[in-house]
Formats: sequence, C-alpha cells, structure tokens
Amino acid sequence: MKSAAPAGIEMAKLEFIDEYRDGGACRRMAAAIRGLVTRPWTLMEICGGQTHSIMKYSLESMLPECVRLVHGPGCPVCVTPVGLIDAAIELSGLPGVTLCSFGDMLRVPGSGCDLLAARAAGADVRIVYSPFDAIDMAQESRDSQVVFFAIGFETTAPVTAAAVLRSASSSLANFSLLVSHLLVPPAVEAVLSMPSCRVQGLLAPGHVCTVTGYEDYEPIAARHGVPTVVTGFEPLDILQGIYMCLRQLEEGRCSVENQYSRSVRRQGNPAARKLIGEAYGVVDSEWRGLGTIPDSGLELVGTLSRFDARSRFGVRPGAPGESTRCLAGRILTGEMEPDQCPEFGDGCTPAHPLGAPMVSSEGACAAYSRYGRGRSARHE
Amino acid sequence: MCLGVPGQILEISGDDPLFRQGRVSFGGVDREVCLAGVPDAQVGDFVIVHAGFALDRIDRAAAEEVFEYLRRMSELGREECGTGGD
Repeated sequence: MKSAAPAGIEMAKLEFIDEYRDGGACRRMAAAIRGLVTRPWTLMEICGGQTHSIMKYSLESMLPECVRLVHGPGCPVCVTPVGLIDAAIELSGLPGVTLCSFGDMLRVPGSGCDLLAARAAGADVRIVYSPFDAIDMAQESRDSQVVFFAIGFETTAPVTAAAVLRSASSSLANFSLLVSHLLVPPAVEAVLSMPSCRVQGLLAPGHVCTVTGYEDYEPIAARHGVPTVVTGFEPLDILQGIYMCLRQLEEGRCSVENQYSRSVRRQGNPAARKLIGEAYGVVDSEWRGLGTIPDSGLELVGTLSRFDARSRFGVRPGAPGESTRCLAGRILTGEMEPDQCPEFGDGCTPAHPLGAPMVSSEGACAAYSRYGRGRSARHE
Repeated sequence: MCLGVPGQILEISGDDPLFRQGRVSFGGVDREVCLAGVPDAQVGDFVIVHAGFALDRIDRAAAEEVFEYLRRMSELGREECGTGGD
C-alpha cells in the first residue's frame, strides 16, 4: 500500500527499482512476447500489486491482442471478511482502546460503516506503517490498550509474528492483534477449481513467495495443468513473467518457474517461515467475496493466544454481510472485468465505493478507475 | 499491500535475533527496520522491506538475470535473422 513507501522515495535514484522500469528493456521484452505468441491465451496475475503495476504502466497495451490478463484475488484489503471489519470497528469504540491499522483498511465498508466513520464518531483509530509502530505506541502509553488490525497474506504474517513474539518476550500487556491473515495457495486452488475458470497460466505473487517459497504452487500447477511463474512487481519483471508463462504454454510445458530470483528462493526464507510457525496455526478462513476456504487462514496459538484481541475483549466477528450491488466475488476470481460491472464508474467510485476492490489502491476496480479502463481502453 | 521496497542496510543493532534492528536507506531516506527475518544480513546488504520488516536479502547476481535474458534473446534474434530465420 502507498503508506509503505517512505516519503520522497520516488525522487531518488533507486537501485533494484529504476533498472526494471527502463522503457527500452520493457519494449524489447514486449517484442519478444509478440514474436512468441501464436494463439489466444488467458493469464491471471494473482497479486493486487501486480495488477496495480499492469495498469500504472499500461502493460496490457504492449501485449498482443490475443493475450488476456485477468486479475486475481491477491488484494488482502479486498478479501478481509466483513465480520472482521465490524469487529475492528467494535473494538475501536471500546473505552481505552486504540485501534491501529494500515491506511487502506480505513475506508473499506463493514456491514454498517467503515473505520474512518468510526473515527469521525470519536473512536481512537490510527494509521500506522508497521505493527512495530503500534508496539511503540503501546510502550509509550501503558494505560491504553493498543490493538493492531493484522491483515495481509504470507508477506505480512512474519511481520506481525515478530511483533507479537517481541511483545511476549518483553511482557507487553497492553498490546494485542486482531488477526486476519490469509494464505494464498488455498485461494488459488479454489479459483482454479471453479467451473467458470478460464485461466491458462498464472503469475504467482513475488513477495508472498519471498517468504514461503514456491513448492506449494507445484502440485497446484500440476493438478490444474496451469504453468506458473513467480513474478516481481516492476514493469520489466511482469513482462518477463508473462513471457516465461506464455513460452511454457506455447511449448506445451507446465511447471513452476521463478522470474523474481533476486528475491525468491524455492524454499523461501526459512527464518521468516519459522517466525510464522512460532506464532500462528493454520485454520479455515472466510474470504470476502469468495466464501470459506479450508486451511486458508492463520490464528495465534499456544501461549500467544493471550495476545488475540478477540478473546481479550470478548469481541466476536459477525456474520458476513455484503452489498448485493457489489460483484467482488466475480471480479476477484477473474470471471468478470471491473468495467463490466453495471455499477462501475457510476454507482461505485473510489470516492463512494460499494465494495472493497474499489477501495484498496491494489483492488482491480480501483486500478481500472485510476488508470483508465484497462483492456477496454486499449480497444478504444 | 504486499509492497516490498529495496533498501541498503547502513547499521545494525541488537544481539538477540528477535530484536535485531537495522537502519536501512531507501535512496537516501533512512528508516528503522526489523531484521528478525534475515539473521545473516550484514551492513551493506540490500534487503526487501515490507511494513518495517526485511523479508529477505536481495541476490545481486540474480538481479542481473533479466538483462542477461534480454541479451540472449537479442543475440538469438540476430542469429535467426542471419540464417534466414530458421
């Protein structure tokens, strides 16, 4: 999300970023893609950060007409269950509680209002860049209870795991987590298993795989016959990921390859995985727009469950409630493009969102809205 | 959300692996980063940082692979042109 980039970072020359935004290199990679493709293919980029880059740099306009990109469920803000957002709002209204969250969560509608409205009504809701900022807050104000809304995929889970392990180690009694961590491979499996799924190749999420590695994607790729390429986030990364995936499809191969090798190892990062394993156990979890997916979430285990805000404050996540006008489930599975939704741009805009994919900077609907209409724009 | 920003470690403090911290430069902007996930990281290493936590070190040799890939493709293209495209 935007708040994760330190202010001014776009201004300086950045190693390991600028070279992957080089226009000439991107055009050469796009030319290689055009020279490779002989028939129509549909690929899905799983991660919302990749969707955002594709729209920001108009990468679809560099691809052959017959290559179609559909946008996957990898936007954590979009798939955080409504009941958890309601629980966060309830917690934020309790006396003495400070609710800390990543900025993107504040405008995601719960079943009644959003966290921003709760703050306007007097709740103590604060935006932080990192759970460690929330820990600092808890240490500085011992008479208030600081709750961090721990949303995110495997990329964010080791961060909150380290935060809660540090809290336990320093006996910090006024810090807790409202956990809504979700695991990507079970959701990919669920999307590929849908009868309506048209996806023939996958770009797997580079930063999730930096933590977890990509062994979990190998049986999924084999089972569904879907070549998969672990892909980074800069324009040249994404074009190379697309090239590698299309090459497998054109050659009739199906394996998991790694484009983002400067960051991703096959086994991931053992130290980060160990942090997750020490703090969390795997549970069934609800995904907004997708329903309940087995073994797709995390919860605090063992003695660390005393840092679970739900049990500490007796808050129970409510039942899922969703605007029937929002077609998030069909967008998040790639069944439908954002601009095919009847509400897109009229009934649903970034200023007045009906559902989460229009709120998050990484939601497919917000990306279409911000950068023009994606594929449709290419054809105009 | 899963944004990771590359930065270079300028300074490391803390002996306990869980509490190891680094001062990391992002193109001149410094920030404190948790190094609990990169126990072997040293001053001078580049790391990918997400929400104040280093996810892993950047492999400098692997970072060049895409450019090598482009060079190979363009050489292959020239060879194919030179031999009539077969």
